Amino acid sequence: MSVESLFPRLEPLLPKVQKPIQYVGGELNSTVKDWDEASVRWALMYPDAYEIGLPNQGVQILYEILNELPDTMAERTYAVWPDLEALMRSEGVPQFTVDAHRPVRAFDVFGVSFSTELGYTNLLTALDLAGIPLDAVDRTDEDPIVLAGGHAAFNPEPIADFLDAAVLGDGEQIAIAISEVVREWKEEGSPGGRDELLMRLASTGGVYVPKFYDVEYHPDGRIMRVVPNRPGVPSRIFKHTVMDLDEWPYPKKPLVPLAETVHERFSVEIFRGCTRGCRFCQAGMITRPVRERSITTIGDMVENGIRESGFNEVGLLSLSSADHSEIGDVAKGLADRYEGTNTSLSLPSTRVDAFNIDLANEFSRNGRRSGLTFAPEGGSERMRKVINKMVTEEDLIRTVTTAYSQGWRQVKLYFMCGLPTEEDVDVLGIADLAKKVIQAGRGATGSKDVRCTVSIGGFVPKPHTPFQWAAQCDHETVDRRLRELRDSLRGDKEYGRAIGYRYHDGKPSIVEGLLSRGDRRVGRVIRAVWEDGGRFDGWTEHFSYERWMRAAEKALADGPVDVDWYTIREREEHEVLPWDHLDAGLDREWLWQDWQDAKSDVEVEDCRWTPCYDCGVCPTMGTEIQVGPTGKKLLPLTVI
Amino acid sequence: MQRLRVRYAKRGRLRFTSHRDISRAVERAVRRADIPVAYSAGFSPHPKISYAGAAPTGTASEAEYLEIGVTRPCDPHRLRADLDASLPPGLDVLDVVEARDSGLADRLEGSTWELRLPGVDPEVAAKAVEEFVAADRVEVERLTKKGLRRFDAREAVLSLTVQDGPGRAAGQEPDRPCVILRMVVRHATPAVRPDDVLTGLRLVAGLAPLSPPEVTRLAQGPLDATTGEPADPFDFDRVGGDR
Ligand code: B12
Ligand code: SF4
Repeated sequence: MSVESLFPRLEPLLPKVQKPIQYVGGELNSTVKDWDEASVRWALMYPDAYEIGLPNQGVQILYEILNELPDTMAERTYAVWPDLEALMRSEGVPQFTVDAHRPVRAFDVFGVSFSTELGYTNLLTALDLAGIPLDAVDRTDEDPIVLAGGHAAFNPEPIADFLDAAVLGDGEQIAIAISEVVREWKEEGSPGGRDELLMRLASTGGVYVPKFYDVEYHPDGRIMRVVPNRPGVPSRIFKHTVMDLDEWPYPKKPLVPLAETVHERFSVEIFRGCTRGCRFCQAGMITRPVRERSITTIGDMVENGIRESGFNEVGLLSLSSADHSEIGDVAKGLADRYEGTNTSLSLPSTRVDAFNIDLANEFSRNGRRSGLTFAPEGGSERMRKVINKMVTEEDLIRTVTTAYSQGWRQVKLYFMCGLPTEEDVDVLGIADLAKKVIQAGRGATGSKDVRCTVSIGGFVPKPHTPFQWAAQCDHETVDRRLRELRDSLRGDKEYGRAIGYRYHDGKPSIVEGLLSRGDRRVGRVIRAVWEDGGRFDGWTEHFSYERWMRAAEKALADGPVDVDWYTIREREEHEVLPWDHLDAGLDREWLWQDWQDAKSDVEVEDCRWTPCYDCGVCPTMGTEIQVGPTGKKLLPLTVI
Repeated sequence: MQRLRVRYAKRGRLRFTSHRDISRAVERAVRRADIPVAYSAGFSPHPKISYAGAAPTGTASEAEYLEIGVTRPCDPHRLRADLDASLPPGLDVLDVVEARDSGLADRLEGSTWELRLPGVDPEVAAKAVEEFVAADRVEVERLTKKGLRRFDAREAVLSLTVQDGPGRAAGQEPDRPCVILRMVVRHATPAVRPDDVLTGLRLVAGLAPLSPPEVTRLAQGPLDATTGEPADPFDFDRVGGDR
């Protein structure tokens, strides 16, 4: 049964909405396959606006890999803005893919990529517009399997009611495996309907099907246990790790949009994982161990990506790009190759050391030395020990002095506010640090023309990190500290004008905290917010703290827990956490010990350069650290 | 520096591209096609590509123009094929000539437009056109970057006719009959755009299509005194050439 394009019905609506180009598809390197020839069909979604979602690497990679399979097709869909949503509702146009404008409900799998929890309300809009029942238990064989992936899927409990399944970790291999299971099941005539399909997926231990697990609670609201509610369902679900990234050099055909997007560049992941052990960083904890792409594969991917896309900017992406074992040779090799070509290179690195400046110098060879970014994250020495960011004040001053004396005029410093054990002095310490940075800059350059910008975000404790037990700081305290810091910076006659200050207020972090460490009961809150019009929570102009609090009060009224319970409450060692049955490989005892070490300012090393300290990941997942050096160099390109 | 003039079309769903979308797409296509485009000097060098008289977002066109400066001589035929292959389908290169002067923008004196109005009664349309043409002035308002402006939409319209026989909407609602208007408009300041004429038709005769009309620019060029139609702006560049 073929599916008709919705475009003729969508087209008359487009002249009435903002930026209609985002809904028409036709990006360079996009793929439209024949509906009838595919036996497994995926609709992939990044649950934010097209301008954010299109550049997302995760979706691009899965899209390409799935479309390479002969019997599988994948199309993409994004969150539509409220103006189009209203027209789609009044004209009865369902959620569509941008590739061939097919209705999302007609696909077999609806895969949604969550790099942040702030996309949850947009998931509900998409399901509702698609005509897919919001509650997984109400879905029929006519509905696709709604599958979540991405970092937020490491605790999908707040959206468990709305999901059929979730996958933890790298998606490349598991997406192919899921396709295979779906194909077999369909070829057999879809025996047992969607429950049997979900059962086949769940029994592998690599796909989490929330409805096959029951959550039982203590009277005080804590979780008693999470148990499978039918035989054949494993009690733990494991994350996926792609080993040997050289075997997976995606994207090979990067999507090039017509509409303007947040990332107008070709990005290459130069490695996955990070073992620096920053205690606040969920990404670092859940993507262990480090797996590098080799210098030669990086070189090939850059060259191919530029040719295929026509982008004139290349980003070398990872959690800490300066840590690649051959980054010096990569930087020099690429800078040599593209010297004088109007192709620019960027390395988003925030490491505080002189080597990082050398790299930045390579990448700015034929450009201006405008700004360098460093991330000490904590304002005081003590704070940095607590979060395991091993940077001393001396390191920082030495590094910025080098930067200023080599011609950089602006230094940006990233910090967090509301970290565990933080006190007022830790945040106010940022002002002193910034002043010393300017002092160093003026000293190094003999000029007053140096600037420093301080950028502060609110800390949110995340699952699968040593801080998963910590109390989140209340927003009143965060706001007060940020205000005092601002006053201290602005009030300074000598340095105030040379220091820029950027911060966000503390309220949104509370909502993020609720969604990050929430359990299934939080689903009711998300739904109530969405019903009240909540959309696009990652956008300040759409986000409403008051709406979230109102909804939470109502939705949680008849239970023993509230927003404070989820956010500003510290957890006991043995409390069952909502994600304890979802295994990122991290040994729970190691995480707890690391949390105790944090509180006594004890640091932990990076296992790339010191012996393994048994965080648990490698033995549980059967993985190992994969780093160079390979000793190879990049060759110049021969121009034809 | 050699300069090449390109006529291209903006078709189908790509009519929803804005001018900025097109310029990004062209820059990338030029890089992919390995066209030796010249760059401006300075800290953030820009490729030397300039645009003349771009049609508004949402309007299709068979006659858009741009000019590319190149660092070494290029064969216009080869450039036409390479650039077309590198642009997404729907942005299609139609013609390329080598520039002989610097006056392309000045030569684009007027445009021919086609407007498909779905669900409009042909007789009502004919009547409205008649009234519009008979009027001396038709004052319309449009929100511009400088705020709400009031101007005459009549004088710049050199001709406006209803095409014979029933038409078909191109993309949307293919089975729905529609009326096709054709008009030649002189480029003026403020520019009189097809939607201003539609506003005018609504004001003088209450003509109001049910769905958004499909508008296509068919031609752009120097206004020919005898025919009253825009001629090919490349004629001048081709004079004396062997192309
Ligand atoms: C580039 C980037 C951005 C860009 C581009 C975003 C985009 N459109 O992709 C910009 C600047 C816009 C951005 C913004 C933000 N970002 Co950001 N960003 C990154 C960065 C550097 C790379 C992301 C990436 O491309 N990874 C590579 C891809 C391949 O990985 P992936 O997306 O996770 O996908 C893989 C798997 O997760 C899985 N998968 C993903 N989806 C799915 C779906 C299914 C169905 C399946 C089966 C599998 C699957 O398969 C993929 C392949 O293996 C990361 C850090 C990093 N190196 O990861 C931070 C990071 C993801 N960002 C982060 C944050 C916090 C944000 C912001 C919230 C910041 C803010 N406060 O505004 C915003 C949110 C924007 C939004 N609304 O989504 C955090 C996430 C926090 C966390 N979970 O721990 C990270 C990890 C950085 C960090 N260390 O803190 N970001
Ligand atoms: S198990 Fe050992 S080697 Fe592997 S990531 Fe953990 S500490 Fe590093």
